[in-house]
Amino acid sequence: MTDSLTKRLVIAILGWTVALLLFFPIFWMVLTSFKSETDAITARLAFAPTLAAYGEVFARANYLAFALNSVVISVGGSVLALAFAIPAAYSMAFHPTQRTRGTLLWMLSTKMLPPVGVLVPIYLLFRTTHLLDTRTGLILIYALMNLPIVVWMLFTFYKEVPHEILEAGRMDGANTWAEVWHLLMPLTLPGVASTGLLSLILCWNEAFWSLNLTSSSAAPLTTFIASFSSPEGLFFAKLSAASTMAVAPILIFGWFSQKQLVQGLTFGAVK
Amino acid sequence: MSMKSARRSRFLRTALGTTILACSVAGTSSAMADATITIATVNNGDMVVMQKLSSEFEKQHPDIHLRWVVLEENVLRQRVTTDIATKAGQFDIMTIGNYEVPIWAKQKWLVPMDNLPANYDVNDLLKPVAQGLTYEGKLYGLPFYAESAMTYYRTDLFKKAGLTMPASPDYDSIRGMADKLTDKAGQTYGMCLRGKPGWGENMAYVTTLVDAMGGQWFDMAWKPTINTPAWNKAITYYSDILKADGPPGISSNGFNETLALFSSGHCAMWIDSTVAAGLLYDKKQSQVSDEVGFAPMPTGTFKGGPTWLWSWNLAIPVSSKQQEAAKTFVTWATSKEYIALVARNNGWVAIPPGTRQSTYDNPEYKKVAPFAGFVLAAINSANPDGQTANPRPYTGGQFVAIPEFQGIGTQVGQTIAGVLTGQSSVAQALAAAQSATARTMRQAGYPKK
Repeated sequence: MTDSLTKRLVIAILGWTVALLLFFPIFWMVLTSFKSETDAITARLAFAPTLAAYGEVFARANYLAFALNSVVISVGGSVLALAFAIPAAYSMAFHPTQRTRGTLLWMLSTKMLPPVGVLVPIYLLFRTTHLLDTRTGLILIYALMNLPIVVWMLFTFYKEVPHEILEAGRMDGANTWAEVWHLLMPLTLPGVASTGLLSLILCWNEAFWSLNLTSSSAAPLTTFIASFSSPEGLFFAKLSAASTMAVAPILIFGWFSQKQLVQGLTFGAVK
Repeated sequence: MSMKSARRSRFLRTALGTTILACSVAGTSSAMADATITIATVNNGDMVVMQKLSSEFEKQHPDIHLRWVVLEENVLRQRVTTDIATKAGQFDIMTIGNYEVPIWAKQKWLVPMDNLPANYDVNDLLKPVAQGLTYEGKLYGLPFYAESAMTYYRTDLFKKAGLTMPASPDYDSIRGMADKLTDKAGQTYGMCLRGKPGWGENMAYVTTLVDAMGGQWFDMAWKPTINTPAWNKAITYYSDILKADGPPGISSNGFNETLALFSSGHCAMWIDSTVAAGLLYDKKQSQVSDEVGFAPMPTGTFKGGPTWLWSWNLAIPVSSKQQEAAKTFVTWATSKEYIALVARNNGWVAIPPGTRQSTYDNPEYKKVAPFAGFVLAAINSANPDGQTANPRPYTGGQFVAIPEFQGIGTQVGQTIAGVLTGQSSVAQALAAAQSATARTMRQAGYPKK
């Protein structure tokens, strides 16, 4: 009895420590955003809260335009990635060939290339195709960037589905489309949803391509944050305010969808 | 279908008619097609003011619309370099430093700033600043603001310690004073300097210190001269004074961190950019605004060599499709009228300094900025084309004006930061820096004709 209590206590303390450690930088950022610039450079906890930094951030940049770009680009990129990944993962999970394993590993290996290595070729391609500073351009890049991870995740979810269910469907005369749409999708919906959510979060936080491929019309919130860092002069409070405003939508979204996320990520783990 | 096309052509005719009418009513200025120009700039106080006041420009020029891209300095540098090197033409105006202007002009990436309007008064630009933006006799960028460096000190701490700052301090006297002013228990440090590695961070200061000690980066054959007694003397001085009288964690302090330390009362002396003067003097940002004293940069064994000169400039890339409109904006934003506009809106203390003689002749500016004289003297003596103790093949004050210097400066900066943290001795660091620099220069094909 005492043994299990100690065990639970240790686990609770460990859990809380990890949670607080992970949350601390976000807490500090939110706290700093309510400080004045001179308070922001000190580590003091006692200060007179002010909304001055938010006021300045709003006065200087059109937050809503940046936020709208972030929403369109993240949703667009994730939907496009799913549209390609669902058929790809289906064929690899249910109709594997000798090369499936190699293909999957090769797809993952593309993630090991540092993005800056292909900056100039991509920049030139975008220049020629007039995709620089367009939402379409970023949607394409984000879909390509997330495709390996999305395919991998969907592949592991599909692997959990017994072949017999699909076979039974085929016996009843279902074609490939009906097989995927009416049988596979309902069975793996939590997995597909969590994959989509993860892709959405990755797109939202991506900074390298958005900073390099956009200037004004298609610039998302990562560019908005970057505009508040300064080489000369104090900027911590303004930068924290801008960052808080940039992460708030995805944080709230994540809060509401955490059940889906956890369900999806642990999908099949207890079978 | 035919109904639709008839309706469309009627609409087009009406639209065309309205446009012609609008143009003839608006007069000659609107006869030119509307132009939208994209301006890439850094985020600092003066640029933010420019962005706010640009609505005045749009009122004066209703046919020119402005779009802003504000980025952090290093991101901006990477972004505009990619754009200009691939001739993508995303930007019509770029905010770049006096390090980039001559290098990019040589590459034929920038539009020359000739045929400037007479009222622009190009001769009013401070000589060393204009010189830094000139390539083969032509200006390739117009200065928005400029800075040199000077010594800041706390008048109250000096008084308490019974010290007086000399009118032209030298490094020996600075060292003696720093020792007396340091009170580590009370968290007051005699000397604060940049320690964060980077060509624009610690190496900006270190380069001027090396020049003052009689050293330089390269000899006339472009051979690095880092492993020499002059460098040894400079780096030994730098590391000794910071170890004895500097704040803890010095190798992570750049300009902003040191500014925060000085303005919260932890530094007795600080040698850095003149741009800090306005910030330290501002009661809203500084707790020591009433106790800040100013003096020129200290001198070493070699006097009169090149010192610190940095300017942020507006330049037009040749890939811009709106070069005329861009030039109209650049001449407006760097004009005397613009400076007067800032003074009217935000007060004289908020004007972008360091570019024009007329600013320093203005009695109202001198009244609110007691440091103005020091800044002007510092800029005028910066002399980026000047010579070091031994002749040098390059120009630049706190940097070497060659494309390879960004990489070299940052690498050597890291080695020297290693001396501050005790990772290596001065001799070891200089030997390593010498061989790394020699390798980079060899790979880059120096000496060049």
